[in-house]
Amino acid sequence: MSILINKNTKVITQGMTGKVGQFHTHHCKQYANGANCFVAGVNPKKAGEDFEGIPVYASVLDAKNATGATVSVIYVPPAGAAAAIDEAVAADLDLVICITEGVPVHDMLKTRYKMQGKRTILIGPNCPGLITPDEIKIGIMPGHIHKKGRIGVVSRSGTLTYEAVGQLTALGYGQSSCVGIGGDPINGLKHIDVLKLFNEDPETDAVIMVGEIGGTDEEECARWIKGNMKKPVVGFIAGVTAPPGKRMGHAGAIISGGQGGANEKLAVMEECGIHITRNPAEMGRTMQKVLKK
Amino acid sequence: MKIHEYQGKEILREFGVPTPRGEACFSVDEAVAAAQKLGGKVWVVKAQIHAGGRGKGGGVKVAKSPDEVRQYAGQILGMQLVTHQTGPEGQKVRRLLIEEGAQIVKELYVGMVVDRASQRVALLASSEGGMEIEEVAKHSPEKIHTVRIDPTSGLTDAEASKVARDIGIPDVANAEAVKVLQGLYRAFVEKDAMLAEINPLIVTADNRVVALDAKFNFDSNALYRRPEIVAMRDLDEEDPAEIEASKFDLSYIQLDGNIGCLVNGAGLAMATMDIIKLYGGSPANFLDVGGGATTEKVTEAFKLMLKNPNLKAILVNIFGGIMRCDVIAEGVVAAAREVHLNVPLVVRLEGTNVDLGKKILADSGLPIISGNDMADAAQKVVAAAKGK
Repeated sequence: MSILINKNTKVITQGMTGKVGQFHTHHCKQYANGANCFVAGVNPKKAGEDFEGIPVYASVLDAKNATGATVSVIYVPPAGAAAAIDEAVAADLDLVICITEGVPVHDMLKTRYKMQGKRTILIGPNCPGLITPDEIKIGIMPGHIHKKGRIGVVSRSGTLTYEAVGQLTALGYGQSSCVGIGGDPINGLKHIDVLKLFNEDPETDAVIMVGEIGGTDEEECARWIKGNMKKPVVGFIAGVTAPPGKRMGHAGAIISGGQGGANEKLAVMEECGIHITRNPAEMGRTMQKVLKK
Repeated sequence: MKIHEYQGKEILREFGVPTPRGEACFSVDEAVAAAQKLGGKVWVVKAQIHAGGRGKGGGVKVAKSPDEVRQYAGQILGMQLVTHQTGPEGQKVRRLLIEEGAQIVKELYVGMVVDRASQRVALLASSEGGMEIEEVAKHSPEKIHTVRIDPTSGLTDAEASKVARDIGIPDVANAEAVKVLQGLYRAFVEKDAMLAEINPLIVTADNRVVALDAKFNFDSNALYRRPEIVAMRDLDEEDPAEIEASKFDLSYIQLDGNIGCLVNGAGLAMATMDIIKLYGGSPANFLDVGGGATTEKVTEAFKLMLKNPNLKAILVNIFGGIMRCDVIAEGVVAAAREVHLNVPLVVRLEGTNVDLGKKILADSGLPIISGNDMADAAQKVVAAAKGK
């Protein structure tokens, strides 16, 4: 078991024929059961062609109907990324993962509005994707640092997710699933949504939750954890040293209006029973200590 | 991306929001000429910088004669205006706005933000104009009225009318207030804003509703479709190092410490700053080289960091995913050679092709200190910056 995806998931790649899409589709196909998982690409101008044997269809709906795929991953450039999400939602997929960085916020506001009442789950945009080790990798993370196991990982940041995973793997702890939810202010799944999934997953024993400055999603998640989470959670927040009012790379990583500071987030998380560390090099060892108790 | 008040008011007028008549000026003579052209007996001389809190810092003066306009314009133009948003060094004033005076009966606050929690545009309004909304939120949150706007219907007449009443706009001016609020919303959406504030929005003695200030911040991801906003960019208001960085698609923010950081990924870059602080050091910058760093980008990143006179050491922290460690290592070696590196350099590599990367660094003959993991690298760079 795992959350959201496994070795039997069938994936459509939107933007597969572009340079970025080709590069990552190649690596996803190479990983574990990828050759059987990545079954279709979409490009209205290249229908009938293929990439490394993966057929290209004119639309998401065509791809779904032809292959039975239920998930899509998006590498479409920023100006068209929200429309690509809309198309996947209209095709009634289970899950859509938008890797694209730099999608305009107002586009995402409209897309999220259109998603109301639909069953499609969105991850991202501006995220590394998600992986269930030894089964399937959907996104841009380096597959080889992962190891199959029972720790869930959720994070707003790509490379900081890899850091957490790398530390766990080095200590011998594998991962059930790792989810990068992305660094944008208007996005799909939040920490709280992913924690709920890990809570219900019988093959996840504990979770590392990595947050960063900006917004109040981590606080909201922490309060939910306090009342509901049956499994231990280790937490880290990046940006204790970030000055207010400066956007730290991610569109969502900004301390503004007196909200979103790292120390405030850490205080709420600690109060809610999350095992926090202020040292990004100690995420793995903090988990080790928790599990050995 | 931020713009000046006078530019914000141009946008507001385009969307039917009344503002005082005024003119942007770049010299004292222009300021006096503008006052004479505007006519009347009272003028406001306003420093145009991107930071808020200009009034308290002495950047806004009321003049009662053209001579006073000359006097105040002379004082304000060229001054280093210090506000709570500029930092202690202040910001040099290069532009002025000369406006006709207004008869203020009521001062109110209206703003729009992208609300993450509801995933909507939210209108915030308060009867406490002139104050910072953060302060109002802290001390009297009941005075802030919020409307989360449905993107299909926009800000409706009923919603706008109710908010106007809630913040104390008299009924006689309600219709005009509705136009102002709806104009602000349309400007916010049609110009891809992330933040828009009118503080204060005033009611005049003759019951007109007028924007006395205008503050906008735009989504940098949407600038490709807003050339008219890009044209308003004032590079004098931005950090030269950050402008230089943006040319090479590097995300760079200068800080006040002495340890330069070169990292891939925004989250890891913040975490690297944090761990330096945790081990007793102080980061000189935030620098995210992104996912596709080339030798050229790494070299430019080194040049940027080395321009900082406070720099005592550099930490390169790379977790290679898409980015291969051997490519980064080659970039670091080439950059170190090209820029004649004169401070200690600690490099921590992890991820794809890490062994090859480490070998390239070791074989380079350069005095590069290798960090085994993030903690080890941070401790080594902190020690190096202290000359140990």
